[in-house]
Amino acid sequence: MDRKRRTMDGSGIRQALSMMNERGSGEGAGYVAYGVYPDYRDCYALHVFFDNVRENKDVVDATLEQWGTIEHDEAIPTYDQPNLRAVHTPWRYFFKPDPSLAPASTSPEDDIVSALVMRVNTARRGALIFSSGKNVGVFKAGGWPEEVADFYRIEDYEGYTWLAHNRYPTNTPGWWGGAHPFNLLGWSVVHNGEITSYGTNRRYIESLGYTCTMYTDTEVVAYLIDLLVRRHGLDLDLAVRALAPPFWEEIDRMPEAEREWNRALRLTYAPAMMNGPFAIVAADADTMVGFTDRSKLRPMVVGECADRLYISSEEAAIRAMEPKVESITMPAAGEPVIGRVAP
Amino acid sequence: MAKQVAIDGKGVHYTPLNQQIRKAVADGADEIVISNILGQRFIGDGLRGNVTIQLYGVPGGDLAMFMSGPTIIVHGNAEHAPGNTMDAGKVVIHGNAGDAVAHSMRGGKVFVRGDIGYRGGIHMKQYEDHYPILVVGGTAQAYLGESLAGGLLLVLGLNGPVQAREIGSGIHGGEIIIRGDVDDACLATGATKVPLTEEDRMRIAPVIREFADDFGLDPEPLTGAKYTRIVPASARPFVGKYTWE
Repeated sequence: MDRKRRTMDGSGIRQALSMMNERGSGEGAGYVAYGVYPDYRDCYALHVFFDNVRENKDVVDATLEQWGTIEHDEAIPTYDQPNLRAVHTPWRYFFKPDPSLAPASTSPEDDIVSALVMRVNTARRGALIFSSGKNVGVFKAGGWPEEVADFYRIEDYEGYTWLAHNRYPTNTPGWWGGAHPFNLLGWSVVHNGEITSYGTNRRYIESLGYTCTMYTDTEVVAYLIDLLVRRHGLDLDLAVRALAPPFWEEIDRMPEAEREWNRALRLTYAPAMMNGPFAIVAADADTMVGFTDRSKLRPMVVGECADRLYISSEEAAIRAMEPKVESITMPAAGEPVIGRVAP
Repeated sequence: MAKQVAIDGKGVHYTPLNQQIRKAVADGADEIVISNILGQRFIGDGLRGNVTIQLYGVPGGDLAMFMSGPTIIVHGNAEHAPGNTMDAGKVVIHGNAGDAVAHSMRGGKVFVRGDIGYRGGIHMKQYEDHYPILVVGGTAQAYLGESLAGGLLLVLGLNGPVQAREIGSGIHGGEIIIRGDVDDACLATGATKVPLTEEDRMRIAPVIREFADDFGLDPEPLTGAKYTRIVPASARPFVGKYTWE
């Protein structure tokens, strides 16, 4: 993240990610960049995987037009790679929802778009919306980080915050929709580990209007952050504390006032609490946050250099992108590292 | 005359890098200096002999895994698990190191000048004359000495006191010695504090001196300091935990 919103092209993070190829299996990689669509900054940028554009696109077009205006749409430019089979066609829409169609909502545009994402994805009619925020774009596919970057020519995009991920699927098969980052509206998430509380978290989030369609655990993290931060209005550090709360022994040792609100938070959001090993980085247009599980079963390294904040699984990736990095730290388990861009 | 070999590690994958190291050792090198290391895992894995390897940069995880004999000196930070299942030899790290330092180490020494992450010394073990030693100059995080089965884990706390949770979680052998006081709340079930005896102090003094010598520190304030010694609460602290006899 560049806290002054100075943009970087995608070549730097491509190189950083390729430092950690030992952590992947070539079955999925992806990038997300904030600030990539300045010409359509007021539109929701919907990135869609079509199984077959001719067969599946009309339904999506009709659904979107029912709820607003498609300002522009086009195939996302891609470039053939020898070892990457293009099983889906990535497409992008720049969409303006009609707020008068959700008069009871306090955030009609966000609610319309998130409902459309859920509707299109659960219909399973050859279309999957995997990116739906304003001035943000997820670029992912099945393959190694360099192949996916070259497939989209990621160096052609300029963003002030970038997340990237190299996947090693362990519990479900790798596929394009299962590659990270996961995005809903403004928030995007990348994750190393496995959410063993996925079943509990999924039941909770699906009872609140979300539907999991990506066959992998990290999807629930994106929806939990959307629920806690956007819909419930929790501060980001409180949201992280709800997802990865202190142990009960630690809460019991806190001074009374602190103990009470920590207890309340943990009880209120018990089904949102995430168990298992994880290191997670999430971002929206103004923020980036990294945190690990409370037992620190996955690594997380933080680097800083002037206005730039870096969060990575390995120090080498940060140094590949920023050889003159000024500070390198390893934050404590469960302790969020939050970067905010200047207003 | 000592034979020195220089290797430029810039952009070299760990497999050809280790092949160059092994060739240099086979050709009789006494010292190998490797520059521009960045993130290469598994450096020196399974390596034997008496060679000294100077690494400039930040090596990747599992440095010196299964190594038996050589000395590796890291002029920079290290990632996860340096000294993983190391058999003999020595790893000296002039910066910080990541999680699971000296993972399952069964002999030799790992010295870290700075801080280490979580689970330092996890499942170190000793057998007859195989006696692993991990010394940390700075501080350590939670689950220090997790499942410790043998050896010595010494934390000098030069960057501040050790306040990690769950120290000695699952400890059933070996000892964790930490400079200064350790709060009882930091100890895991099955770990207990005992006084450091004069014999203990005599035993750790040479280790402290060697550490101080490697990093140019004054050993005297350290050898005479107050230490907390943490050992298993009994010969079998977890009997009855999973099965009943």
